[in-house]
Amino acid sequence: MMAAVILVCSIIFLLQFFISYCRSLIASSSRESLSQEVQDVTGMARPASEEEFARVVQLLQLCPERPEERGEVSLIRAYFRMLGVMRSSLARIVPSLERWTSSERGQCTHFAAVVLGRRIAFSRNLFAQQLNN
Amino acid sequence: MPGLFAYLIWTLCTLLEAGVIVCAVKKKAVRPYFFLNLYMAMSLLVSVGRYNILQHYGLVSNQYTYFYYYSDTLLTILLYFALTSLYSHVFSEMNAEQYVKLGAVLLLGGTALFSYGVVHQAESKLVTHFVVELQQNLYFVGLVLTYVLWFAVLKLRETRTRLIQLVLSLGVYFSLLAANYALRNLYPSLTALFQILPPLVGCFLPAAWAYAFWRIPEEARLVPARLAVIR
Repeated sequence: MMAAVILVCSIIFLLQFFISYCRSLIASSSRESLSQEVQDVTGMARPASEEEFARVVQLLQLCPERPEERGEVSLIRAYFRMLGVMRSSLARIVPSLERWTSSERGQCTHFAAVVLGRRIAFSRNLFAQQLNN
Repeated sequence: MPGLFAYLIWTLCTLLEAGVIVCAVKKKAVRPYFFLNLYMAMSLLVSVGRYNILQHYGLVSNQYTYFYYYSDTLLTILLYFALTSLYSHVFSEMNAEQYVKLGAVLLLGGTALFSYGVVHQAESKLVTHFVVELQQNLYFVGLVLTYVLWFAVLKLRETRTRLIQLVLSLGVYFSLLAANYALRNLYPSLTALFQILPPLVGCFLPAAWAYAFWRIPEEARLVPARLAVIR
């Protein structure tokens, strides 16, 4: 009985901490506006929508990776999927969750687009360095 | 001997622990977060110690078993003090450091007494039972304390991004470990499965702390209310 109570409490706490942690990662990017280049490449407008996430991630995979961003992107992808699971399960019981998960997934897309912008700039620098060498 | 996967996770975790200390030194975050770094340094030493004992005596030896459980409990107590130091950061403006320290010691003593109460009827290996019980209870106490700290962060409108990320990552870590222990108690037949989780979870904490020290400047700020799931 005690173990079951601890399990339920742990899962509730885990969800809260994990969601807040991912939001703290996304928060820094939400203030950054998308460069014109990223908007052209992705065809995205502000605010970003969740439907564009898969395409932005595909574009991300085409760019050379910056090592310091590997963990962040994986975590946000996991968060995006978790929100999808929440929407297809819990949101059927609590309808207000649907709008919230949709807005959160949009924030994830914006985050991915900001990272894409940084990667494009990084690739540019690499290319310029190679030309100079 | 552990398999290749276990060795890989172990090596990764040890490297990440070393990474936290390197990041903290580079970003001058050793003194402000002394107990967090002390915990990581001890984790690193324990990893090296475990590896040496494993090579000399083997996985099923008494030496390895005792070293594993005793060092794990020592690390849990250190992590508990690291958590307490985060309380001191959050309540620093209220000059409540002494009360925090007193409360932490009292709670640790209370948890130890409760753990002894649970295991004192065990006739053999009383100390070992006590050590394992204390560790499990401290994980849950740590989880509840982290949740209270997170609540305090929200209420006091703490804005330091690095501190917030350190608290949240600790919360994720404690929640995963507490859930794992609860599952092990509920399904003892699946113990082998649940033994894989702690090393994996163990990689998350040093990775998140290294990230917080390396990527988040001390002066970075955010609005904590935007992070809350329940307001």
